Amino acid sequence: MSATSDYRRREESITLATESAGQGETHELLTLNIGPHHPATHGVLRLLVTLEGEIVRDIKPIIGYVHTGIEKTCEDKAYWKVIPCVERMDYLSYYFNAMAFCGAVETLLGIEVPPRAQYLRVIHLELNRIMSHLVWLGTSALDLGAMSMFWYCFRERETILDLFEMSSGQRMHTRYFQVGGVIEDIPQGFEKKLAAFVKDMPNRADQYAALLEQNEIVLQRLRNVCPLDEQTLLGLGVTGPLLRAAGNPWDLRKAEPYSSYDHFEFKIPVGTVGDNYDRFRVRHAELYESTKIIDQALQGLPEGPHITTDRKVALPPRHELATSMEALIHHFKLVTEGFRVPAGEVYYPIESPRGELGCFVRADGSAKPARVHMRDPSFVNLQATAPMVKDAYIADLIATLAMLDPILGGIDR
Amino acid sequence: MPDATGLELIAHELRDADGESVLGTVFMHGRATVIAEPHRVHGVLEHLKDRGYSFLASLHGCDYYPEEPRLGVLYELLDMHEVDRISVKARLHLDAPHIASVVDLWPGANHPEREVYDMFGVVFDGHPDLRRILMPEDYEGFPQRRDFPIGGEPVLFTYNEENYGKSQ
Repeated sequence: MSATSDYRRREESITLATESAGQGETHELLTLNIGPHHPATHGVLRLLVTLEGEIVRDIKPIIGYVHTGIEKTCEDKAYWKVIPCVERMDYLSYYFNAMAFCGAVETLLGIEVPPRAQYLRVIHLELNRIMSHLVWLGTSALDLGAMSMFWYCFRERETILDLFEMSSGQRMHTRYFQVGGVIEDIPQGFEKKLAAFVKDMPNRADQYAALLEQNEIVLQRLRNVCPLDEQTLLGLGVTGPLLRAAGNPWDLRKAEPYSSYDHFEFKIPVGTVGDNYDRFRVRHAELYESTKIIDQALQGLPEGPHITTDRKVALPPRHELATSMEALIHHFKLVTEGFRVPAGEVYYPIESPRGELGCFVRADGSAKPARVHMRDPSFVNLQATAPMVKDAYIADLIATLAMLDPILGGIDR
Repeated sequence: MPDATGLELIAHELRDADGESVLGTVFMHGRATVIAEPHRVHGVLEHLKDRGYSFLASLHGCDYYPEEPRLGVLYELLDMHEVDRISVKARLHLDAPHIASVVDLWPGANHPEREVYDMFGVVFDGHPDLRRILMPEDYEGFPQRRDFPIGGEPVLFTYNEENYGKSQ
């Protein structure tokens, strides 16, 4: 028997969770603090871990280190000035935050978004989903010791950020989505560059798979590690790739289509047992599906206005200001006061890269929202950490936390 | 979403189970809301959960200042099989902001209830671990209430520590 396989045999012979915690002289419990500044926590997350040897017996996440009161700030801003604020919540999925908020306000106003704007939104949302998954894949692989994945993923992310810069002038927190549509039509050359990216992306995803799928270390670290069944996940309110990894094909893009998602053909990747390997595979497969959606949206991009023609909500085109008194008045009213939204309450859920991102907006009839609340998927999903990693190795805690993909900006808001 | 008629049927059903549980219904922008009596909201949610709305999508608070009762706790329920949503709202007075916790129905309500407690001061009776979650433990006041001022928090930097509050 070779040395390696003997090691593997001994490693597999260890059984976890057979003895009750904290009994006898050899079973002393140790409380360990991880974070808030620790590279493996993916942000300022602090974990209080109770260990027995190397085995996690209990874990308490402590959050709030990047709480900036964005929801409070929103109450003091005109509706269109809220968009840059909410974008900064979950800082990896800024288009989704803007979409949830704009969708909520559009529902309250009862305005129709033109088809071209809906398609442009889908293109940017799916690009953002790929970008978010790439950051997740790169940093998670880094946690498992695969250094080169990080560079490859960030190379493709760079292409996406360049596209964002082309369409909006910003690489991050673009403020591209507006109430009623998008701020500007895509510039010349965007479609060509996007088509090149769409052609390239599946090959790149194949390369990631080739690097990771047959990697003994990755497979050992992910397979059958920290699974959690569907019913527990549903009870905990977990949505998104984590729920799909456990076999539940719940995806709001299919279930409650918004922004023309019903026009596109795509599949929803699901896992079987809900372990870390399934979580990895589901997100990896979503890279292909998102690319497919972008391709279809690009091919079928309708002509027409990129933002609603309702001048009470959207700014008039620049050239009208020189000739039309009415346009000038609308412009002045929008820039100084903003638009007023009739009183009401709405909850607008969309599928973010991490699950159900719902925006609750209460309007009181004035030009500022009376309440903006984001149901952030990371905030809810974080509760699943403790049941997942109970009685697992501390090294697997790091891998599981990476596969959970929490974004602390979204958790703390 | 149930339509306006469907919402009335659900409200009837809830009233049949407990006569005083439903105070009213609102149907607006395609969103169905049941306004529940705050002391009976647990029963209402339990009934709706058994009826198919088994997923708690969101739980959040809202301050209706200057209306009375001021505080509101909103539950967004989801039926994943019928793809149907309904929301339940309970309004609470500031002087007795108590409501039953639903952590026993949905363990995932733990963090959201702590957030509502933290931001609005609503006490969830029966919650296993009701502490502040986003604000510091020793923080005083409930920042998301409408009468809590924006910028009411003085910011101290080390460079102006000594002169802070003195006139220039």
